Amino acid sequence: MSFTHEIKSNRLLEDEITDNFHDISPPLTDKQVLIESERCLFCYDAPCINACPTDIDVPLFIRKINTENYHGAAKEILEKNILGGSCARVCPTETLCQQACVRNTEHDEPVAIGKLQRFAVDHLDTTQPYPFDRAASTGKHVAIVGAGPAGLSCAHRLARDGHKVTIYEAAAKSGGLNEYGIALYKLVDDYAQKEIDFVLQIGGIDIKYQHALGKDVNLNQLRENHDAVFLSIGMGNVNALNIPGEQYPNVEDAVAYVSELRQTNNLASLAVGKNIIVIGAGMTAIDIAVQSKKLGAENVTIVYRRNQSAMGASEHEQELAYKNGVSFVFNAQPKQIVGDENGISTMEFIRTQQSSNGKLQCKDEIISMPCDVVFKAIGQQLDSSPFGNDNPPALDQRGRIAVNEQFQTSLDKVFAGGDCINGKDLVVEAVDHGNKAALAIHQQLQQD
Amino acid sequence: MANLACEFIGIKSINPFWLASAPPTDKAYNVVRAFEAGWGGVVWKTLGEDPAPINVSSRYGVHYGQNRQVLGFNNIELITDRPLQINLDEITQVKKDWPDRVIIVSLMVPCEEQSWKDILPLVEATGADGIELNFGCPHGMPERGMGAAVGQVPEYIEMVTRWCKQYCSLPVIVKLTPNITDVRKPAAAALRGGADAVSLINTINSITSVNLETMSPEPSVDGKGTHGGYCGSAVKPIALSMVSEIARDPETASLPISGIGGVSNWRDAAEFITLGASNVQVCTAAMLYGFGIINDLCDGLSDWMDKKGYSNINDFSRAAIPNTTDWKHLNMNYKRIARINQDNCIQCGRCFAACEDTSHQAILKTGDFDNREYSVIDDECVGCNLCQVTCPEPNAIEMVDVDTGEEHLSWLHHPANPYREEK
Ligand SMILES: Cc1cc2nc3c(=O)[nH]c(=O)nc-3n(C[C@H](O)[C@H](O)[C@H](O)COP(=O)(O)OP(=O)(O)OC[C@H]3O[C@@H](n4cnc5c(N)ncnc54)[C@H](O)[C@@H]3O)c2cc1C
Ligand SMILES: Cc1cc2nc3c(=O)[nH]c(=O)nc-3n(C[C@H](O)[C@H](O)[C@H](O)COP(=O)(O)O)c2cc1C
Ligand code: SF4
Ligand code: SF4
Ligand code: SF4
Repeated sequence: MSFTHEIKSNRLLEDEITDNFHDISPPLTDKQVLIESERCLFCYDAPCINACPTDIDVPLFIRKINTENYHGAAKEILEKNILGGSCARVCPTETLCQQACVRNTEHDEPVAIGKLQRFAVDHLDTTQPYPFDRAASTGKHVAIVGAGPAGLSCAHRLARDGHKVTIYEAAAKSGGLNEYGIALYKLVDDYAQKEIDFVLQIGGIDIKYQHALGKDVNLNQLRENHDAVFLSIGMGNVNALNIPGEQYPNVEDAVAYVSELRQTNNLASLAVGKNIIVIGAGMTAIDIAVQSKKLGAENVTIVYRRNQSAMGASEHEQELAYKNGVSFVFNAQPKQIVGDENGISTMEFIRTQQSSNGKLQCKDEIISMPCDVVFKAIGQQLDSSPFGNDNPPALDQRGRIAVNEQFQTSLDKVFAGGDCINGKDLVVEAVDHGNKAALAIHQQLQQD
Repeated sequence: MANLACEFIGIKSINPFWLASAPPTDKAYNVVRAFEAGWGGVVWKTLGEDPAPINVSSRYGVHYGQNRQVLGFNNIELITDRPLQINLDEITQVKKDWPDRVIIVSLMVPCEEQSWKDILPLVEATGADGIELNFGCPHGMPERGMGAAVGQVPEYIEMVTRWCKQYCSLPVIVKLTPNITDVRKPAAAALRGGADAVSLINTINSITSVNLETMSPEPSVDGKGTHGGYCGSAVKPIALSMVSEIARDPETASLPISGIGGVSNWRDAAEFITLGASNVQVCTAAMLYGFGIINDLCDGLSDWMDKKGYSNINDFSRAAIPNTTDWKHLNMNYKRIARINQDNCIQCGRCFAACEDTSHQAILKTGDFDNREYSVIDDECVGCNLCQVTCPEPNAIEMVDVDTGEEHLSWLHHPANPYREEK
């Protein structure tokens, strides 16, 4: 990445930046845990369980916390969701379990399920034996492509069932977006890697790093050499703006920049723009905007073509952006980016209006905003090139891998889950897909 | 403004709130602070013969509820551990300085006539308003033949009470132990011995918890524990029942009662008074919050009395006694059922779990996760109150009367009762 103009590193002191990137939601103290766990009503058929994609028995683990059975609480969570630790930190609980909590009324607040979950998993007693056993070897061997949340949860389940698992991972580290994508302040202290160490303790899982499907190995080979294949490659492509000027330097892919941010040893050394425009309305847009602010960018503006209520990011996330000094401009559709091969100077937008039938109409008003960096955060897409042309799995209308209820693709013994299939694109959902696909694979392998 | 001033066995008090005999009343310093805060009287920490007993270190245990809230409290302390003369001198001085406040002196000496003969004149000389006989302490002292060891034998109660009436002119209150099967028996014995009143309850035999690391009951003294006396709000229901038993029994109904046990707020006090107490004594609540709670005790009680139109304590004394009866007199044709107010229900399903698993399957669950509803199947509801008890929302479940159109019918006259009596 080459930056020019006002783009420079060390905008803030190293200490300031370290401070800015501290854990955004620090762990609860023992006293807070006592008070918060007491608030759970131990609901019958609790709606929070249903709202958790991995069906964690929330009232049960909270009750175990309340009786100081922390180890039991952690096991309860991990049994359903082996990445319960990172989910507790990154789940948008305000749209999942906590939204469903019966305490979530106008007079009350939902139980802080995510924070309690973090407390429990953090208090797993590691002096005790590993909480999961491996069944006797089945002699079956499953290939998994991609060591993100979906691949890891699938691998752990299969390993528990006695199967041998090899994960082919294009990157040098596992974890997927937990390692390369999640906002730094949500997952601090190298948590993704610590969690993976715990996952792999089950045994029977081999990860082949820097082994990309479509490059170092192809799907047909995998199918030949294994009893089943699970595809969990996430989304490799970024949506384009398709406007003039997009090709200029400093018009950046938000996800790629976050990845660089997450991997650097020295945050202060990262080059940061002065006037940054973020195009998008989801979690990624908020993340890149907030992190840019925390690195010292002077003006960060999220521009969205629709109005505020249509934003994908939850109110909670929008609030986070406001708190960090991010500005919003709504009803503005990208028109062009003005610049040259040395960089950019302004971005132009067309004012839009939402008609009563929900359709977006352009007005004849042009908004021009100065900028030195534009981040694109308008969604990602499956990169299907790794499947090649020789018998690839069928895709759905959105261009993701098509699967049935058993997470099986159009190809025999090939399954898929996580972001590469249609869904909510959340870590917890990827884990759920991995769990369920593992169950389907296990059932099929038993029938063989 | 309702008048909280009252008279108990001829002793005038500015309000019905006394501190029970315990650490809050152990010495002049505490008692003066209590009077400054506004307490009407104290029962001085129990005096005994010299040499005073010695207390152990680690003395209190606790039974916690939600968020470290103290439900029950216990102790293994003995009677005062200060020399008799110091206590007597302090009582004399404080009574002189605070003539409008009540000082009752609690006593416990061996069950020998001479012991009582010796101590009573000394107490009378202090100017105290009365004496309370501690026949209730359940730990330590009974091993020495005192406290509950006396309180559990009605004949001893009667005998010692008689000695006290004989050798001293002060009013005598007999403090009863709850560690007994039928509290009316010791109360009747006190009456026969000439007691002016009874006070109850003293503490209940208890072990609050066991330390699972050291395997010692708490409070632990060098790795060992012993049963102690239980008190605090957890014992209130037991105390209320015992007070009402004495007030209801024709044999003991004439005995004035000083109500003790878990009184923590003005409402508790009012309840004790409606069931037979003429005043109340407080220990644990003061030990947990300090003497300042007297403000709310007085204020809350007088406010409530104003609202009800009661001008003094006597106006509602024993008001609930006519409605306290034996099971056999309850109306078997009366029916009440639960009704769920959907506006206040938060759909937690606690009522369902409770009724479905452990009662009468009278709660109906409909809808799915996003729009569930809980309602009562009227025909199945027996009106047990369990759902209302478990419901976390104060106004979600109401118990409503159902008009069965049938006349009052008690078990005494019920056709299914083989021993029924004709009306
Ligand atoms: C910026 C950003 C922020 C986010 N924040 C949150 C959040 O706060 N909370 C939340 O719940 N979700 C968040 N998400 C979404 C979440 O990260 C994903 O839903 C989740 O990681 C999906 O898991 P996955 O295993 O399907 O894919 P990924 O995590 O993308 O993992 C895919 C893995 O496959 C590997 N791979 C790809 N191609 C190949 C190939 N050809 N051969 C071999 N390996 C390959 C990749 O290297 C990667 O390791 C965020 C996403 C982004 C982009
Ligand atoms: C630490 C402690 C010491 C006590 N000591 C005595 C005592 O010396 N004499 C006595 O008659 N009762 C004693 N009691 C019992 C109290 O007077 C009172 O009867 C009992 O605690 C119930 O009231 P409560 O629930 O308000 O505490 C003691 C109670 C406590 C907690
Ligand atoms: S995994 Fe996420 S959604 Fe599920 S209970 Fe935990 S915090 Fe909530
Ligand atoms: S809905 Fe809320 S109160 Fe009920 S069990 Fe779940 S977390 Fe507890
Ligand atoms: S317990 Fe109360 S709040 Fe919960 S479902 Fe029943 S009526 Fe509603």
